[in-house]
Amino acid sequence: MQTVKIVVTGPFSAGKTEFIRSVSEIDVVSTERKISAEAEKIKESTTVAMDFGRITVDAELVLYLFGTPGQRRFDFMWEILSEGMLGFIVMVDSVRPETFREARSILETFRAYAPTPYVVAANKQDLEDAWDLDDMRVALRLDPNVKFLPCVAHDKESVKKVLLELLYTILAEMESGNKA
Amino acid sequence: MALKGNLRDFSITQLLNLVNLACKTGTLVIEGPGDVAQISFREGKLAYAQLGHHDNTLAGILRRNRKISARQYAILQERAQNMGDKELGLLLINAGYLTQTDIIDSLQQYFIAIVRQLFTWVEGFFHFDTNKFSPSDKIPIRMDLENLIIEGSRQLREWEQLQQEIPSLDMSLKFMDRPGTNIRNVNLSVEEWRVVSYVNPKNTMRQIAQTTKLNELEIRRVVYALLQAGLVEIIRPGNAPVAIQPRAFPTTDKKEQKSLVNRIIDRIRAI
Ligand SMILES: Nc1nc2c(ncn2[C@@H]2O[C@H](COP(=O)(O)OP(=O)(O)O)[C@@H](O)[C@H]2O)c(=O)[nH]1
Ligand SMILES: [Mg+2]
Repeated sequence: MQTVKIVVTGPFSAGKTEFIRSVSEIDVVSTERKISAEAEKIKESTTVAMDFGRITVDAELVLYLFGTPGQRRFDFMWEILSEGMLGFIVMVDSVRPETFREARSILETFRAYAPTPYVVAANKQDLEDAWDLDDMRVALRLDPNVKFLPCVAHDKESVKKVLLELLYTILAEMESGNKA
Repeated sequence: MALKGNLRDFSITQLLNLVNLACKTGTLVIEGPGDVAQISFREGKLAYAQLGHHDNTLAGILRRNRKISARQYAILQERAQNMGDKELGLLLINAGYLTQTDIIDSLQQYFIAIVRQLFTWVEGFFHFDTNKFSPSDKIPIRMDLENLIIEGSRQLREWEQLQQEIPSLDMSLKFMDRPGTNIRNVNLSVEEWRVVSYVNPKNTMRQIAQTTKLNELEIRRVVYALLQAGLVEIIRPGNAPVAIQPRAFPTTDKKEQKSLVNRIIDRIRAI
């Protein structure tokens, strides 16, 4: 069985778990719940929730979606999870501008790990108070070449669109890379 | 218990706060990346500070504060070399050349400047030596710490924000290509100009900081201003384009890799 992975990152409560849950065929595993139930003693040291989802592509291939833990205290895990990722998605909560700085910071941190393709999702666009994408692009200081997509994490079609755009970016990158 | 540790875990502001509340007497010795600093306290008040090998003789401090001229300084350097600060201070006061307030103010400003400098240190070993006092030939001052603590807390918040904005100094900078902006028309500080002169995809921010002798806080502060003004953007060193990580695929065969991505695309479309 072959596996590939995509990392879903973003500030706390941006909608990472919801995003993964919408397309995963397994229950989005939260490490926190699992460990605390089994071993009460180590609960304190593992109060971090990490999600991962799975999409079986075919008999030989599985795609894993890894959500990153939100707390900065665990940001060493980001680098570990990013190792060998196909690409990553940065989720940003469109109704909470107070998290934009954190989102920028996470994006910059991931960009520094490796030159991996990524897209940014403006999540919670279904809410009335959601910021416009144009304004968010400026506030997040996104490179004009980076795909910035509206998203509603509990809407499967919306999540599919974000994932597909990342995969198209990856494909385009492979094609231009091949020519070079 | 010995008071020692690293500034990464216990900031200068927290240390000052501790000294202040516990009315401590002794000397805080901090070994930063490039310099060693010593700050002495007496019953929770700032008494004395010294940074590296900076000239902290009274003559040197008065010269920096423009209380004496370069020529007067040179004379003192040459002729009053062996005279301690206390003796020289008294001499200047008795001669009616300076008042006691002039001298104390100059010392205070000098010490505050050192502590301010320390606020920008984010790393360094420290220990508090309760048996070490300000050197006996130095003029001790007695200064409340509260204002410095408040100033330091503000800086700490700034530092935290800057670290969030610019988490990695191993990235490079490049001028934004925005038509209509001419960097020559922007009012930049000397420090900002120095950084600007090294902006090039080949130089990481860390290298620019080393060359321009700015510490981690100072380089971030300058870069942040340039970012906010839309003059520069952060890029990967050498402007390396986006690329697939070699280990992202279970196979090295390009054709298989492409087929793999296409299979994922088909699968996701069908969800
Ligand atoms: N209205 C709306 N709510 C959302 C959306 N995505 C997530 N949420 C809600 O936002 C909260 C945080 O989402 P969660 O997935 O737990 O965020 P995480 O911390 O990034 O994993 C939850 O209450 C979600 O139900 C969205 O697109 N629209
Ligand atoms: Mg979550």
